[in-house]
Amino acid sequence: MLHTLAVLVENSPGVLTRVAGLFSRRGFNIDSLAVGRTEDPEVSRMTIVVDGDDRVLEQVTKQLHKLVDVIKINDITADEYVDRELVLIKVNADHTQRVEVIQICDVFRARIVDMGRKTLTLECTGNHGKINALEETLRPYGIKELVRTGKIAMVRGTKNTGYQENGAKEESL
Amino acid sequence: MEITAAQALVQCLEKEQVELIFGYPGGTILPVYDALHDSAIKHVLVRHEQGAVHAADGYARATGKVGVVVATSGPGATNLVTGIANAYMDSVPLVIITGQVATGMVGTDAFQEVDTTGITLPITKHNYLVKDAAQLPRMIKNAFYIATTGRPGPVLIDLPKDIAETKIKFNYPETVHLRGYKPTFRGHHNQIAEAAKLIARSQKPVIYAGGGITRSRSSDELLALAETINAPVTNTLQGLSSFPGDHPLFLGMLGLHGTRAANLAVTNCDLLIALGARFDDRVTGKISEFAPQAGVIHVDVDPAEIGKNVAVHIPIVGDVKQVLQELLPRLEKRTDTTWLEQINAWREEYPLRYEVEGKLKPQYVVEKLAEITGGTAVVATDVGQHQMWVAQYYRFKRAGGLISSGGLGAMGFGLPAAMGAQFGLPGEQVVMVAGDGGFQMTMQELGTIVENKLPLKMIILNNYVLGMVRQLQKVYHEGRYTAVNFKFHPDFEMLARAYGIKGYTLRTKEEVDTLLPQALAEPGPVLINCLVSAGEWVSPMVPAGKAISEAIDC
Repeated sequence: MLHTLAVLVENSPGVLTRVAGLFSRRGFNIDSLAVGRTEDPEVSRMTIVVDGDDRVLEQVTKQLHKLVDVIKINDITADEYVDRELVLIKVNADHTQRVEVIQICDVFRARIVDMGRKTLTLECTGNHGKINALEETLRPYGIKELVRTGKIAMVRGTKNTGYQENGAKEESL
Repeated sequence: MEITAAQALVQCLEKEQVELIFGYPGGTILPVYDALHDSAIKHVLVRHEQGAVHAADGYARATGKVGVVVATSGPGATNLVTGIANAYMDSVPLVIITGQVATGMVGTDAFQEVDTTGITLPITKHNYLVKDAAQLPRMIKNAFYIATTGRPGPVLIDLPKDIAETKIKFNYPETVHLRGYKPTFRGHHNQIAEAAKLIARSQKPVIYAGGGITRSRSSDELLALAETINAPVTNTLQGLSSFPGDHPLFLGMLGLHGTRAANLAVTNCDLLIALGARFDDRVTGKISEFAPQAGVIHVDVDPAEIGKNVAVHIPIVGDVKQVLQELLPRLEKRTDTTWLEQINAWREEYPLRYEVEGKLKPQYVVEKLAEITGGTAVVATDVGQHQMWVAQYYRFKRAGGLISSGGLGAMGFGLPAAMGAQFGLPGEQVVMVAGDGGFQMTMQELGTIVENKLPLKMIILNNYVLGMVRQLQKVYHEGRYTAVNFKFHPDFEMLARAYGIKGYTLRTKEEVDTLLPQALAEPGPVLINCLVSAGEWVSPMVPAGKAISEAIDC
């Protein structure tokens, strides 16, 4: 099962290596990983999608906690949350296909961000399923190039998964 | 007044009450050595960086203090890798300072440049590459805190040469603030209460005590627990010497080469009390048949160890000493003996044994050593058959008496670790026991031992073979012995003499009886080369993939 972890880490050099290294050497499977800084410039937030059962997830969480640079981990899989991915797709669209592609673009609320003689470049945000659907829909036209960010996510409502000075790492047991 | 970061580093070490550093100089670490010139801290110049880090490890295990290591960049750092991994696997607190090429050169494949923090990332509890000299005191403060608290381990600081030479305003922080590092010390009250209840309900409890007891120096608490609830105690390799070897409740070591009594007790118990142990594969054998009927109480300071290998009924995260101190008053004295009678029957049926007659037996030397020292010496072993014989036949009566490479199983550990222990315990009897293979991996440290007038006693159980590998080839490869027989060894007695060390060669039981006491009583360093039978096997042995109750005689 896929789990979505919101992980707050020190914005220090090597932190991505530490996290990625931990996953690879302990044989955990990362489905996607997105990282960037937060409202606090000293804190970065990683959204990590991990594949594994509850036992694996327990180990992932505990091992991540052991990294000194990891401040806080939330498994938000069971929460209501908003998640987004961004995709850029360069798709074949000569004059015979251009209108159709633009229509698809409208349906998916994607935007055209660049235009070549025979291609269109689309930008689209949405959850994993929507991005997959867009990709599948455009595939018959010939996708020249595609790049996706990993998923980023945030819990809905007022619940806060950010860092509070006294919140610290919660006890896992 | 401003001082260089290197000078600040030395002052930080002084503030941390560091008395001794093991190290080896080189180009990029020169600023630190220059600062050490004016310091009261004793620097031990070893013969190889691996010797430094194993010595610091032995020193830390023997004294409970932090072992400090200094080495240069590149080969200096890579030579430390085995020792750092060893300390990491066995949870030994070390602080390691390595030189690094100047920041402007980092990443250019400069002379003696390696990515030290990258290489040591998976084998340190944490590491730092210093990029801002002003941050160095804070990093050192953190390093000592991280190394010693929670589950101890090695912390490395990689210090580029130009940073070391940068002038800073020195101010050593009083406190540590790490928002991502908050180890749990006190166990959860309710969990401890639940554990007490489960213990009261159990009929056939076994205490399985590991390195956590040794590291947290909780031997007294362990003894009190065992005697209060009248439960037998088995130790892991790292736990050995934390419980008196001659105590009627002591089962000996468990696992791969454990006693049958210990393995049968664990297999048949209804409650397993795991204290500072991590259910390592050498202990559990086939994991589904490890303590299959038992409720499990698992106390460990590292939450990630709980539930990692086996399901646990009552997990308690905390320092085992504090948890035991809180648990003990909740327990009632128990005197029932049915379970102990069963255990004694196993003990009588399956004693450890070997044939004393014939060629000199390595087990005999270990038994004799135990007899002469009364089990109170600090024994540092190397890795292999001799290590298991020490674990089986040396009845430890001194808490912390065994220093041995467990998790990593690093040959070459014995001599430098014994040396480090002797540095830390100058007035005590420290004895190295090594095989002829492992001894030759780090025997260059004989020079360091002589130079520092250490009264270390070094016993080589010399059978001219790599015994443990040979045993594996016997059991798993139909006795097709490949690359395990030595055709040449130096005369170790002569080698000792070349270093100015008194040497003995013991060939028979009688020579051991008369000369071993004499050798151990010498005031200075002594090397005792015991020419022992190569026909001995470590027994019992649990074959790979089998349950620990299915041990065979080798």
